[in-house]
Amino acid sequence: MFESLILILDATLRVSAPLILAALAGLFSERSGIVNIALEGKMLSGAFAAAAMTSVTGSVWLGLLAAIGVAVCLSLIHGFASITHRGDQIVSGVAINMLAVGLTVTLGRFWFGLGGQTPALVDSERFLPITLPGADAVADVPVLGLVYSELLSGHNVLVYLALALVPACWWVVFKTRFGLRLRAAGENPHAVDTAGISVAWLRYRALIVAGILTGIAGAYLSTAHSAGFVPNMSAGKGFIALAALIFGKWRPVPVLFGCLLFGFLDAIAIRLQGAELPIVGEIPVQAIEVLPYVLTVLLLAGFIGRAVGPKAVGQPYVKSR
Amino acid sequence: MNDSKIPAWVNVIVLPLINIFFAFAFAAIIFVAVDVNPIEAAQVMVAGALGYQEGIGYTMYYATNFIFTGLAVAVAFSAGLFNIGGEGQAYMGGLGVGLACLALDHTLPFWAILPITMVASMAFGALWALIPAYLQAYRGSHIVITTIMFNFIASALMVYLMVNVLKLDGQMAPVSRLFEESAIMPAFHEIVAWFGLSFSQSPMNLSFFIALGCCVLVWLLLWRTRWGFAIRAMGASPSAAEYGGINSKKLTIVVMLISGALSGMLGLNEVQGFSYQLKLDFVAGYGFTGIAVCLIGRNHPIGIILASLLFGVLYQGGAELSFDFPNIDREMIQVVQALVVLFSGALSLMLVKPTERFFVYLDQKKKAAAKVEAGA
Repeated sequence: MFESLILILDATLRVSAPLILAALAGLFSERSGIVNIALEGKMLSGAFAAAAMTSVTGSVWLGLLAAIGVAVCLSLIHGFASITHRGDQIVSGVAINMLAVGLTVTLGRFWFGLGGQTPALVDSERFLPITLPGADAVADVPVLGLVYSELLSGHNVLVYLALALVPACWWVVFKTRFGLRLRAAGENPHAVDTAGISVAWLRYRALIVAGILTGIAGAYLSTAHSAGFVPNMSAGKGFIALAALIFGKWRPVPVLFGCLLFGFLDAIAIRLQGAELPIVGEIPVQAIEVLPYVLTVLLLAGFIGRAVGPKAVGQPYVKSR
Repeated sequence: MNDSKIPAWVNVIVLPLINIFFAFAFAAIIFVAVDVNPIEAAQVMVAGALGYQEGIGYTMYYATNFIFTGLAVAVAFSAGLFNIGGEGQAYMGGLGVGLACLALDHTLPFWAILPITMVASMAFGALWALIPAYLQAYRGSHIVITTIMFNFIASALMVYLMVNVLKLDGQMAPVSRLFEESAIMPAFHEIVAWFGLSFSQSPMNLSFFIALGCCVLVWLLLWRTRWGFAIRAMGASPSAAEYGGINSKKLTIVVMLISGALSGMLGLNEVQGFSYQLKLDFVAGYGFTGIAVCLIGRNHPIGIILASLLFGVLYQGGAELSFDFPNIDREMIQVVQALVVLFSGALSLMLVKPTERFFVYLDQKKKAAAKVEAGA
């Protein structure tokens, strides 16, 4: 029982990592006032770029760089449309999501001829699990040994990076001058402008950070979690991350718990498939899959707590009226 | 202040065409990047979509879907609401159509079933839009996020229903039984046969005309009724509309119900007119394409019909494309669609300023010329 719980939590960490990265990306852009429904597309392109670059060069680190580069480019397009030309942030997000689905498959077919997939990556071309020092030695210690060796040890470097980025983001957003200005741009951009700070440049920087983070999330999907790219492999994770962002009320640590909760639901959904539970009987796996969406809707509607986003989110900033 | 400097015809016709031109130009670059001659590809697409009767039928069948989802987005847009949930609403609408057909096809003739399936498609689609609408109007949650969430909920619900409830015993694929003849929407080639004409067999069916009827109704609603005025007023300025005595909460609900109902009617074309059974994923992105259609069509039913035909050509032509060019498949159309959304939607303001400057320049030139003439 305890062991299976640890295994579920272990799986939770693995499925949560890309959610955490993408949700933090969303946090930066939404805190600056840009609705980011393009997380999904940026992640998908990142996944493709990472797998393609890695399979061509053999270096997973170059793959990661390519993923970041591509996701940042998409972010800049997003910014060009929604900041520079004051286009609708949601429409541009939709465009980026469509572009990602279409371009990854089109280019993938052209370059690799595998129906949109990239060639399978061998182990040396992936981010492999890292065994933390002493994990094998303490594996036999009851309870704590299992927690250390199974749950904490044995993840790839990107999982640890995702977890480390949560406090880092908290520090940047809440303890630095940039963070203060970033939040101000999302709440009251006119005040930021009055202080002589460029709202556009702030928002661009937020989108670039979001691009970097979604790029890492994408690389995680294709070079750490799986071994290669398959069409549409982000499969709605960008939207789950968006849900987790709302669920965590746009704050890094609660967002982390939102991601872990949704990751946990994902992990037990796989386990509960076809299993008979006491009292309730068999739960359809779809019922667990929709929980993140249902919970987010309930939260947004104020039925369980209240999620209020940054005030100026979604509005293009117009300097003078 | 901006529009006054640009003649209306430029705003309505020239600017949208320039935006589409930009989108196609970028698409052409991508075609070249994957070693396909864009001009050849365009010829293949047009020939495949409009060159023979079956192709035309397919184009019209796709266009039918786009008219429904495009109108749905347009009605919501007119009120300043972004209904991104067409995908889920259409899915539910199709479910309504399918359930009605499965329940009634043994007992009723087609002309009795059709009104019931129409109502079912609208009711199911509208219901799926009702909850996000209510939450937006009365609980202050953002409609874009809730409708996205409802797309995912709809898709999970359909998987559950198809796998656990509607699947036939002893079948692997999650599909319902085929409908009886009495529930099936008459195809276009059958309709013209009644008038003694002939047309190749194609999936184009009666719902195309239902879609055209919806265009007329939406036009009447938006530009010839009190409600339409209220909807457009709310879209133009919510605070002014509120000040003018329009109940924006109630109107939000009404608009979203209409929008959801229009999306839901996609089920008539897909379920009753094409697949003749319930299955998974029949919406296949048509709901999102509705956004592109609405953006090009500039929220106007006539524009939406034209944009739907354009996307019909792209979809049908795109399917033909993969026969001639091994490098590409239908996903390429997704790229074209994305570029259209980007240029016609997100970047639609980009060209306003340069165009404006161009017309100011023309104006000054004319005035200068007039002065010279007056002086001489």
